[in-house]
Amino acid sequence: MAATQPNLTSVDQATLRSAVSSSSRPGRPGPLDASVTMAWRALLKIKHVPMQLFDVTLFPIMMTLMFTFLFGGALAGSVGEYVQFLIPGIFVMTIAMITMYTGHALNTDIAKGIFDRFRSLPFWRPAVLVGMLLGDMVRYTLAGMVVIVLGFIIGFRPDGGVIGVLLSLILVLIFAFSLSWAWTVLGLLLPTPESTMMVSSMVSFPLTFATNIYVDPATMPEWLQVVVNLNPITHVVTAVRGLMSGTATADQIGLVFLSCAVLIAIFAPLTMYLYSNKGSR
Amino acid sequence: MTAVKHAIDVKGLRKSYGKTEVLKGIDLEVKRGSLVALLGPNGAGKTTTIRILATLLKPDSGSVQIFGQDVVKEPDAARQRVSLTGQFASVDEDLTGLENLMLVARLLGFSWKQAKTRSTELLAAFGLTEAADRQVKKYSGGMRRRLDIAASIVISPEILFLDEPTTGLDPRSRRQVWDIVRTLLQTGTTILLTTQYLEEADQLADRIVVIDHGAVIADGTSGELKKSVGSGTVRLRLQQAEQRPEAEQILARALGVPIHLEKDQTSLSAQISDPDLASAALSLLVDAGIAFTDFSLGQPSLDEVFLALTGESLDEEETSTEQEIA
Repeated sequence: MAATQPNLTSVDQATLRSAVSSSSRPGRPGPLDASVTMAWRALLKIKHVPMQLFDVTLFPIMMTLMFTFLFGGALAGSVGEYVQFLIPGIFVMTIAMITMYTGHALNTDIAKGIFDRFRSLPFWRPAVLVGMLLGDMVRYTLAGMVVIVLGFIIGFRPDGGVIGVLLSLILVLIFAFSLSWAWTVLGLLLPTPESTMMVSSMVSFPLTFATNIYVDPATMPEWLQVVVNLNPITHVVTAVRGLMSGTATADQIGLVFLSCAVLIAIFAPLTMYLYSNKGSR
Repeated sequence: MTAVKHAIDVKGLRKSYGKTEVLKGIDLEVKRGSLVALLGPNGAGKTTTIRILATLLKPDSGSVQIFGQDVVKEPDAARQRVSLTGQFASVDEDLTGLENLMLVARLLGFSWKQAKTRSTELLAAFGLTEAADRQVKKYSGGMRRRLDIAASIVISPEILFLDEPTTGLDPRSRRQVWDIVRTLLQTGTTILLTTQYLEEADQLADRIVVIDHGAVIADGTSGELKKSVGSGTVRLRLQQAEQRPEAEQILARALGVPIHLEKDQTSLSAQISDPDLASAALSLLVDAGIAFTDFSLGQPSLDEVFLALTGESLDEEETSTEQEIA
């Protein structure tokens, strides 16, 4: 490995000595500062490994086209009508499903040594996760835009207009941030990036399918309706449909915020607990 | 209260994973500004010890003090003063060298501008300027190690922990890392490093603490450890392997001690107490017409120390290519 990269320069004693002697000791960074730095890292990763944008561009395209044309005719009589119903749902589903990569990314950091580096530095600990989640917002926004643009091309015309779509995006981003804490718990609990990915998928499929995204829950057996109505994603989809069609109610939005609060209240402290006690390897 | 506090003071450190007792009461003292090597084979408990000292792990019992401060009770206070370079490079492979250092600098509270200045300075000091904008995944093992150490001294730590800093490196990179370690020591940094290489401990350490199966089995300078085994070793390499049995007989008679036959078919060694006997034995060999290519009289190697202490040789447990050169 070393042979292909001749390193011409070697360690210069004098420069090294002066570099080591530097006594510059800034104080601890604030929580926001540390979080922004970690978000910067997430963005740099996108820049250096653009491949990881595949899941936020191709996946939404695939989902939108597949479900619209596969089920559209059968479920709503015509593709044109189904698009109006489906796109807001696909919009939520795509972003919700992408959030599961958060656990995978965290677990990868742990598997490599960088996690130890972060943990041995005296900054506000949640910043590692908050920053990572903030960086993910860029990915989510991108994925959301792909769905909307593609939806527009195949006939989606939201009555809520640009404002409705933008508000939907903000609402879904808040929800995605909240849901991500569930994935970070998995990322901290599971032994390898691969197992994290597998378990996350197992969770995320029922989570996104047992909802009102594809069909009206009224057509489902009663027990499933109960599940669907408890599923936070159902509430998000209802609110987003409302926002995009310009008919959202305060109740609908309120339920989403409540779901977010519950998710964070359960999973954020759990994540931080696991994070602090991780490393007994 | 003692007047001089040690940089590191560890007493009765214990740690178990389930039923496996990894550390069975480690005691360790490191003087300010010195370099202590934790020497031991794989699985001896070196990494566990160093991870506890670096606040990454909590001990089951025992006390750890860094400059008199309790690490377990006040981990953040310790984190301000110590830095760890782990066994596996703790850098982000997707990012460039410059970005990695800037990331650490930012997390330590530098402004964006200061972070860039400091990172550039460190890259130059570690001979990585040309690789500054290259992704770390394209670095060689030695470059990665250097970057890792650079990241550990963005703020010059008072204590630096190095967990097997040269494992897996080629000889040239190893020497570079040694140079870095020596320079850091000269600037007053206290260093605790773990290693399974005898040569490394011998080269760098003021004091060597030998651990095996979670317990300290020896503690002293390299010279002291060697003395505890015997006063000296005669080592001999013959020109022809066929003459070894004859040489063995002659030496056994002249020295009056058991002769150790080395793995290498031409070499022999013996522990002696009187150096004068060695020269007498030598002339007997010459008289018998046995030619040798190499003769040395010196202190025992650390490998022999380890063998004497534990009854097992370090080399045998090692999978890597490193061999002690006597």
